[in-house]
Amino acid sequence: MDDLQVMEEQGSSLWRDAWIKLSKNYLALFGLGVIVLLCIVSLLTPWIAPYGYEEQDLMLGATAPSLQHWLGTDIFGRDMLTRIMYGGRVSLMVGFIATAVALVIGVLWGAIAGFVGGRVDAVMMRIVDIMYALPFMIFIVLLMVVFGRNILLLFLAIGAVEWLTMARIVRSQVMSLRKQEFVEAAYSLGLSQWTIIRRHIIPNTLGPVIVYTTLTIPSVMLLEAFLSFLGLGIQPPESSWGLLINYGVETMEEYPWLLIFPGVTLSLTLFALNFLGDGLRDALDPRTSKD
Amino acid sequence: MALLDVNGLKIYFHTRDGVVKAVDDVSFSVDSGETLAIVGESGSGKSVTCYSLLDLLPKPPAKIEAGTAMFDGEDLLTCSPERMKQFRGNDIAVIFQDPMTSLNPFITIGEQLIEPLIYHPDKARRLTRDAATKRAIELLDEVGIVNANARFNCYAHEFSGGMRQRVMIAMALINEPRLLICDEPTTALDVTIQAQILELIKQLQQSRDMAVIFISHDLGVVAGIADNVIVMCEGTVREAADTESVFYRTKDSYTKRLLAAIPEGAKTMANRAEVGQPLIEVSHLKTYFKDYSSPAARAEKRQVKAVDDVSLSIQRGEILGLVGESGSGKSTIGRSIMQLVPITSGSVSFNGTPISGLSSSQLVPWRQRMQMIFQDPYASLNPRMTVYQTLAEPLLYHGLANSSNINQQVQQLMDDVGLARASMRKYPHEFSGGQRQRIAIGRAIATKPELIIADEPVSALDVTIQAQVLDLILDLVERHNLTMMFISHDLSVVRYISDRVLVMHHGVLIEQGDTEQLWANPEQEYTKNLLKAIPLADPRSERARLSS
Repeated sequence: MDDLQVMEEQGSSLWRDAWIKLSKNYLALFGLGVIVLLCIVSLLTPWIAPYGYEEQDLMLGATAPSLQHWLGTDIFGRDMLTRIMYGGRVSLMVGFIATAVALVIGVLWGAIAGFVGGRVDAVMMRIVDIMYALPFMIFIVLLMVVFGRNILLLFLAIGAVEWLTMARIVRSQVMSLRKQEFVEAAYSLGLSQWTIIRRHIIPNTLGPVIVYTTLTIPSVMLLEAFLSFLGLGIQPPESSWGLLINYGVETMEEYPWLLIFPGVTLSLTLFALNFLGDGLRDALDPRTSKD
Repeated sequence: MALLDVNGLKIYFHTRDGVVKAVDDVSFSVDSGETLAIVGESGSGKSVTCYSLLDLLPKPPAKIEAGTAMFDGEDLLTCSPERMKQFRGNDIAVIFQDPMTSLNPFITIGEQLIEPLIYHPDKARRLTRDAATKRAIELLDEVGIVNANARFNCYAHEFSGGMRQRVMIAMALINEPRLLICDEPTTALDVTIQAQILELIKQLQQSRDMAVIFISHDLGVVAGIADNVIVMCEGTVREAADTESVFYRTKDSYTKRLLAAIPEGAKTMANRAEVGQPLIEVSHLKTYFKDYSSPAARAEKRQVKAVDDVSLSIQRGEILGLVGESGSGKSTIGRSIMQLVPITSGSVSFNGTPISGLSSSQLVPWRQRMQMIFQDPYASLNPRMTVYQTLAEPLLYHGLANSSNINQQVQQLMDDVGLARASMRKYPHEFSGGQRQRIAIGRAIATKPELIIADEPVSALDVTIQAQVLDLILDLVERHNLTMMFISHDLSVVRYISDRVLVMHHGVLIEQGDTEQLWANPEQEYTKNLLKAIPLADPRSERARLSS
């Protein structure tokens, strides 16, 4: 088994080839750049933000962008740039952690169900169906009631719901892969089931998984906004992009910048993610050419 | 002037990687009542040529650069889309290779048959539903569908492959075309069915005085039915003449290679079987599957008896051929011996030790000693693993190499199967079909097995490549002292490679014997018919065979 690991590190591996191809795809690189920049800014926010996130100036009220407040202020006179920076910390964290939870559970669950098949598959997929049928809101409210309001719990709760579709996608992929001759060949080589799943099945499901992941991240960010709006997520004065947009909508007519700036930030992030996702999908497919 | 006159046709594909000259200066003509065969291997441009006549090519990337195709005085390549519709509806019809994918699974075949009659673009020629139905049933009857009245309301999946192709032919003929283009119409069919379909096409052509263009890779099929042959290779015509000249007075070197590559005659290598030392013994093997074909079958828990009480043995060093038509259970026997499908009853022994019923972890040491080569070199390799990874996996997994000598071992394997060492880091899609099959063979011999089960290893390959791969297999068998079970539907290939042959039919072993003996004196009626149906790449004897 260790030797197989050695082999993967040597020479041309899927991932190294993928990186070579990705580095030639400028749109994807732009996407990657934007994401990395956003992450760095979010990490450094407490030190580089121009104001504190709770700093109010009620006398000032909502002002349009100016030299003091680049992106204007909200109705409490809080600096929008600062609030967007702090909001990004929450939104990006929700996006990435909840999606990672969904990804890991969904891929493993779907791969095992699809590969083993038969009764195991039936039971595992019925569990997925039951989870689908559970009213999502009640599920989250229950979690909050039992464990108290906790931002980590929020991530887990969203992730625990989002993995269902991922599991279904992976399962259907695996079911068609399982009948391919190269899997049969792996069987006749005597490879264990787990090795076959890990080396021959999962890598071949990457295309749809990556595309779905890039779709999941934005939907998770919006879900967080929805929960926060209902008072189940994070609470003011803390903020997230979704919440800022929600408040922005209420005052859209008088103070449009309260909607425009968080909206643009979120859209830019989603664009970047989609470019990166498309680039990754192509890069991880050996059938696309290297140049 | 001939019915169709194609002159100087050039079709280029403009792709991102440059211009591909799919068809480069091709000319031919075909007249009513004549059959023209276009022969070539994959990528030769034979299908592209014919699809361009009906404007069926994707444009772009395809572009017709030059040439004319005069059909009864009108150029098919420059006519208006409206006129093309009329040509397609009235004058030119196509039969495709795969009858399943060319029929709509959701509409009854009757409905599909009468569609062109009741929605004919030419309003004057439209028929009423009743008249169309009557006409369609007559035609179904003519193409040999038994009980056409009742079958009219069946769906495509309710027909067998051969019957489906008959339906396709009826569909092509419904508007009484003057030119029929057949694109490998029998390639997906069993050899006995193929003979029937060819006979039917011939008959229909004669009764209607149609022109037929017959696209094929199989020179045996062509020998029997074509009046004229053109041989294409990489977009150009290599040889164009009447059938006898092409076969008996071959001028072009490529055509000669093509003819030489057809497996013919007996095995030339000595029989290496060590009698009395069976490596594999199969006794009373039964492999049944649950029948999910219809809800009724499912409810009654019916079973498909894929392999039904088969006993056989393979001697050490022997090459055992296993022939049968599709659905005969020949692949299932191979997979049962390999323990890739659960067997229902019976036993399989390897070198005297029973291996049926072992758990998958107990089987690991045995798996090293027996390997399999699969049919489809496009499906049998993991698309996300390089050749190096594919070949190194079995070596490392079974501990036959370690990280210090793995490179050298993989290179050795690549030399063995005739692959360039430099292509080690490439992915499967970067190779041709033949090279891919070499990779698959390399993976199979990596663990130094004693037994190899080859399941139709050359069926998906072009004939010249097929010959090379067969020779590679024979060479490896000798050098590595292998025992082999060679499963195939192609009797000529089996004869060329096997010492002994088993014939399967409906899951039962019906005849076995030494290859040459079986060919000379088949006992069973089924075997006789099977042997009789093999097309010969020799026009005179093929014609004599067909008329008998």
